[in-house]
Amino acid sequence: MASNSPQIPSIAELMDKIKSGKIFTEIAKEITESQIWTSSFRHGYADTPRNRVLQIASNVWLHLHPVKIHRHALRIKFTWCMGGITFLLFLSTVVTGVILMFYYRPVGEYAYYDMKYLQYDVPFGMLMRNMHRWAAHAMVITVWLHMFRVFLTGSYKPPREFNWVIGVFLVTFTLLLSFTGYLLPWDQLAMWAVTVGTNMARATPFLGNEGPFAEFVGATPRYDARSLLIGGSVVGPPALLRFYVLHCIFIPLIAGALMIVHFWRIRKDGGISGPL
Amino acid sequence: MAQAAAAPKKKIEAVPDKLHVWPYLVRLEFLCAIVTIVALTVWSIVIDAPLEEAANPTKTPNPSKAPWYFLGLQDILVYFDPWFAGVVAPVLIIVGLMLIPYLDVNPKGNGYYTYHERKVAIWVYCFGFLVLWIALIIMGVFLRGPGWNLFMPWQYWDPHKVVALTSVDLPYAFGVRTYNGAMLFGGMVLSAYFAIGTAVYFFMERKALKSVGFVRMFIKIQLLLIMVGMVIKIVLRLGFNIKYVLVTPWFNI
Ligand code: HEM
Repeated sequence: MASNSPQIPSIAELMDKIKSGKIFTEIAKEITESQIWTSSFRHGYADTPRNRVLQIASNVWLHLHPVKIHRHALRIKFTWCMGGITFLLFLSTVVTGVILMFYYRPVGEYAYYDMKYLQYDVPFGMLMRNMHRWAAHAMVITVWLHMFRVFLTGSYKPPREFNWVIGVFLVTFTLLLSFTGYLLPWDQLAMWAVTVGTNMARATPFLGNEGPFAEFVGATPRYDARSLLIGGSVVGPPALLRFYVLHCIFIPLIAGALMIVHFWRIRKDGGISGPL
Repeated sequence: MAQAAAAPKKKIEAVPDKLHVWPYLVRLEFLCAIVTIVALTVWSIVIDAPLEEAANPTKTPNPSKAPWYFLGLQDILVYFDPWFAGVVAPVLIIVGLMLIPYLDVNPKGNGYYTYHERKVAIWVYCFGFLVLWIALIIMGVFLRGPGWNLFMPWQYWDPHKVVALTSVDLPYAFGVRTYNGAMLFGGMVLSAYFAIGTAVYFFMERKALKSVGFVRMFIKIQLLLIMVGMVIKIVLRLGFNIKYVLVTPWFNI
């Protein structure tokens, strides 16, 4: 607090402060020393080494970072920034996806017309849909590039083996997220792409009705790996509902949890890998 | 290597090796995020997501394609039956990838770019990723037309294109005509491929056996042989019109 009995400054004083720019420092001081500010942030605002540490360590969102990192870990030439961009794209799909969920019903009769409604009548509906779809496609590409970079820098070697394994789960779930979402527009593209994809489950050894050794297990078109996946023997409304639940709840939760573990392990494994 | 050269310079400038995450990393992440979001927004304003006519189970499009990121696998369906291309191959890819850190015991090249210190590893990964995955996807997206036939970009997608199916099984090509004989012949060819491949590898790497361990080396060479085997099968099919190597009552390879 500046003082208990506020002095009203004269106009000339005020003009002086504005001209010299001092006014900004004073406003910043007023704000960052107010009770609201100091109660929200558990550390001071001034740029001191101590505050730099606290900025990371006392913030729940930032504390997955280490407090200090190796200089080389900052080089975009080293990381290509791909892991971070993948995560950002994931967050973008979460935000836009939740908005889409307000307008979309995963029911055979409605799904396609909800897409039309979204595209032509909902304000910014088309933009939300585009951002959701393109972010999902881009995420597939960036996660492959991230994996490629991690391989090329040999960053899966000890002590980071386990984080690589988590990563392989993540790339798998990224593809499954994208694939389950592909069905939801419920148009020709969606239905047949998913038909082609899920037809493969029919050939699962032992568990698919056309797979090797199915006769020993007794798999039938109505009762096998594929019907478990799509809730029937063709891609119909039950498949739509199943994919919707998988896409909006099940896989994002698992992938999100794995990402937290992934980030935590980066830190615990000694930060970004580098030449020692 | 470049690191070593840069080291003395660093000392002269007396720059600390460790930096605060706030502000140095966080501001970089922030910039990166802004660029990405702007790019995504512009892309989404300029190009609309596709929406075709309503789903119609009675109208199968030709060709029916899986989402683009699975087209590598769909393309392998030309050379392998669905149980392999659609189920076993993906599982092997996922498991194989997970095993990489446990199979590659070369301590060099940890945390920096190098080709010379780990040539084989880089070659194997680049071949699998760039050729067997990316190149097949590109082919699947752009060159596969009706009937999953190959069309060059300038060719018309003729749904009635006739492609003679003249392929035969490997035992047949070698003159084996009986069913049981073919099964035996195919089984022998496959077993011989894996047995000889494994034996040659163990002989060449016999010095490493002690330090690397039998299980590790065995799994590594089996995975490599499967990967190379897939390429051999593709070449056999395209170059020599061979359909299956092994035919059994339960499955064909
Ligand atoms: C949803 C997917 C993923 C996200 C959001 C993600 C995120 C990240 C981030 C932000 C980093 C920090 C360094 C960087 O940006 O390069 C990182 C590092 C790492 N990632 Fe991922 N990642 C994902 C998938 C994967 C996959 C598929 C793999 C490998 C199979 C993997 C393996 C690793 C490893 C080993 C590191 C440590 C690298 C090092 O120390 O140099 N990640 N990840």
